[in-house]
Amino acid sequence: MQDYLTLLKLKKLPTTWCPGCGNGLVVKALAQAMHELKMNKHNTVIVSGIGCNGRSAGYFNLESIHTLHGRAIPVAEGIKTANPKLNVIVLSGDGDLLAIGGNHLLHASRRKTNITVICVNNRIYGMTGGQASPTTPLNAKTASTPFGNEFPEIDVQPVVLANNNLYARSTVYHFDHLKQVIKKALLDKEFSFVEVMSNCYQGYGKKAGYMHPYEIIMDFKKNYNMSRSHKKELKKNEIGFVKK
Amino acid sequence: MKKKFKVLINNKWCKCCSLCIKFCPVKNLTMTEQGVKDSGKCIGCKLCERYCPDFAIEVQEIKK
Repeated sequence: MQDYLTLLKLKKLPTTWCPGCGNGLVVKALAQAMHELKMNKHNTVIVSGIGCNGRSAGYFNLESIHTLHGRAIPVAEGIKTANPKLNVIVLSGDGDLLAIGGNHLLHASRRKTNITVICVNNRIYGMTGGQASPTTPLNAKTASTPFGNEFPEIDVQPVVLANNNLYARSTVYHFDHLKQVIKKALLDKEFSFVEVMSNCYQGYGKKAGYMHPYEIIMDFKKNYNMSRSHKKELKKNEIGFVKK
Repeated sequence: MKKKFKVLINNKWCKCCSLCIKFCPVKNLTMTEQGVKDSGKCIGCKLCERYCPDFAIEVQEIKK
């Protein structure tokens, strides 16, 4: 058995997610990063909201909360304010953090509370059946936009960078990079935000013309380049981290 | 002496998404009715272990 599995509740496995879902890879990356940093199990809290990825908090063998829809960040801020010694991690999806909880993200980044937010962006509302979310790309066909999405996707980077916080982007294909970026965010002393591009085959990929989750993951390899500068903004097709 | 590896698959957790089969560069893993099977050609790159989203694969070195 691999060592990092001690951080997970093995009784609850297998996970409830669809076969080939990227959420499992993000949980694995976070567990391995926490294991490699030797973080104290009794000193860490994971908060998640509603959605496919909201389930992930329940798989960690730590103190974890599965909160109301969109309210993962305020709950995490409350925990950190009540007990500043705890490491607080928010692990949730794009529909939860950017759509219904977008307002809280705005203010948490302004208040600079020392929490780490990991946003798993699969570009769709997966759990409810694949409706268009704020992160769905322009012209994408989904269950609620059969003739193509009319509106452009939301860009979170300027919101987080406006207050000089750490912003990082990675994909599930770049697994080692994802782990490194999560480690950097966990060690950061202010508000830090990691956006992970993930794959949703059942909800999004099927309608977009993919035949297998593997093809979506390999598309991340094709479409994203590594950024070397850490002072400027990331371009749309770049992965890396920015701290001004 | 060439190193030898074996792929341990936890069939209770495996959902047969076949990501490991697609990622394997030497086509070591195959899908059967009982689940994913190791056919003994593993070179130890551990891509299947890394990209398994269900924590079901572990690659071990065979020590003599």
